[in-house]
Amino acid sequence: MTALDFSTHQKTDRPATAALIQAHDLSLRYGNKTAFAAVDLGIRAGEITAIVGPSGCGKSSFLMCLNRLTDLVPEAEVTGQLRWGDWDLLHPKLDTTCLRRRVGMILQKPNPFPLSIWKNLTFPLAEHGIKRKADQQQRIEQALQEVGLWDEVKDRLKDSALQLSGGQQQRLCLARALVLQPEVLLMDEPCSALDPISSRRVEELVQEMRGRYTVAIVTHNLAQAKRLADRTAVFWNEAGTGHVIEAGPTQQIFDQPHHPLTRDYVSGIQG
Amino acid sequence: MQTSSSNSTSNGPRPDWPAIAIWTIATLITATFCCILLDILWHGLGQLSWEFLTTAPANAGRDGGINSILVSTGLILLVCLSVAIPLGVGTAIFLAEFARGNPRFSRWVRRSLDILAGVPSIVFGLFGYAFFVQRLGLGFSILSGGLTLACMVLPILIRAAEEGFRAVPDGYRLGAASLGLSRWGTLRQVLLPSAMPGLVVGLVLGIGRAMAETAALIFTSGYVDRMPGSVWDSGRSLSIHIFDLSMNVPGGEQQAYGSALVLILLLIVINSFASWIAQRYRLGQQGR
Repeated sequence: MTALDFSTHQKTDRPATAALIQAHDLSLRYGNKTAFAAVDLGIRAGEITAIVGPSGCGKSSFLMCLNRLTDLVPEAEVTGQLRWGDWDLLHPKLDTTCLRRRVGMILQKPNPFPLSIWKNLTFPLAEHGIKRKADQQQRIEQALQEVGLWDEVKDRLKDSALQLSGGQQQRLCLARALVLQPEVLLMDEPCSALDPISSRRVEELVQEMRGRYTVAIVTHNLAQAKRLADRTAVFWNEAGTGHVIEAGPTQQIFDQPHHPLTRDYVSGIQG
Repeated sequence: MQTSSSNSTSNGPRPDWPAIAIWTIATLITATFCCILLDILWHGLGQLSWEFLTTAPANAGRDGGINSILVSTGLILLVCLSVAIPLGVGTAIFLAEFARGNPRFSRWVRRSLDILAGVPSIVFGLFGYAFFVQRLGLGFSILSGGLTLACMVLPILIRAAEEGFRAVPDGYRLGAASLGLSRWGTLRQVLLPSAMPGLVVGLVLGIGRAMAETAALIFTSGYVDRMPGSVWDSGRSLSIHIFDLSMNVPGGEQQAYGSALVLILLLIVINSFASWIAQRYRLGQQGR
């Protein structure tokens, strides 16, 4: 199989230790500015991988490579290797529509479309060819249940999504990704624009996803990474370019960091 | 203690000169506008009647009404907008959504549009005469006039519409792309409705310019005040009618005032209609 028939890919049983998505020597340049370089990092299936580090070290850019959102940035140039099993995610002819259906993404700022709650969810479904009312209904209810929003909105599905609170909007965005039944979820600081209570709510949801989805979450909140993640990767800015200075099981990163910068960072001395 | 009290008594509260200047300027401008409006209302209100709107002009416009003029104006506007809206919105979409990877080209297009927007209307009139009337052989007709007006309105429409698209939060585009949604679907369902206020502003500005235009129409749609049979006939727009009555027809002033009042009322109606549509579109979009 090649990158071109990515859509026919079935979930395969992989040994638990193998990475679902593996980056090897991955670099991203915007024009002549390098966002990050030489990144080797694996995202393991069913686990939560936290990506931490100070601002401007390429964490979000790395996330954007995983669903090829970098294609939208005119000057972005990705080099190196990025593979999902046998598939080359950097292949120029890869079906990004299909990739993005299987890799959902949540951004820092909730971004529901200025449509009704219902349309926010049917629109992506219809675009991906799921047009039967009953199918839509079933998937939407399931997704809204999953993010704990169903009871809050089931009587006002026709209201504008913009009328929801920030935390509800973020959970709606999560549901919007989930209706497409993705395998991987990318989260770019999903809690940082929310109040503490909404933030905890979203964090609990991420917690509940362990095992069912493969999650990569960028966060500034080290305590959150410690609570949530199975594995943690620390990005660091060296001479204007992001690098991974250390990656491994979260407990090891926080308790016995190998890299001196990691030690300073997790103990709050640097970063 | 002493110095501070003497300071405050000698200076008192300082007059806020910038605020006074701004208020004076604003009042002057509003007053000028009100003077013109009152003058037109004063002289024109007596003319306004159902008969004035529905009878044909007679005696070079001194008598009768303006029914043929209204029909010609409507047709010219129709031709203008049915060309300008699709072309203008299309170009705006291209510039704002699709030309991002080619900033040099879009900068070039934008600069040309800005220059075009500043070109005097008489130049558009001459271009319309040379191109539509003569080269394309459309003659003095409503079609030539409408197309010339479309050329004139396009730069304004495109720039305003483009601003409308640029004002749409990038989060929508990013969100749509990360869900793997098609660009066309995103455009239709999310971007276009969100950009609607900008589109309407452009449309209102464009219609305003088109309705007020005389110079570009004299050479293209012509002067004839008969009822047009089709867009191939010559037709006289309201603004030309006003110009002609006040400049060339002795004793036509009263009718000119009446026509001017109708023109102003039409503009007000069109503006309110446009903002009503924008409002409705946005509410409809949110509540489905």
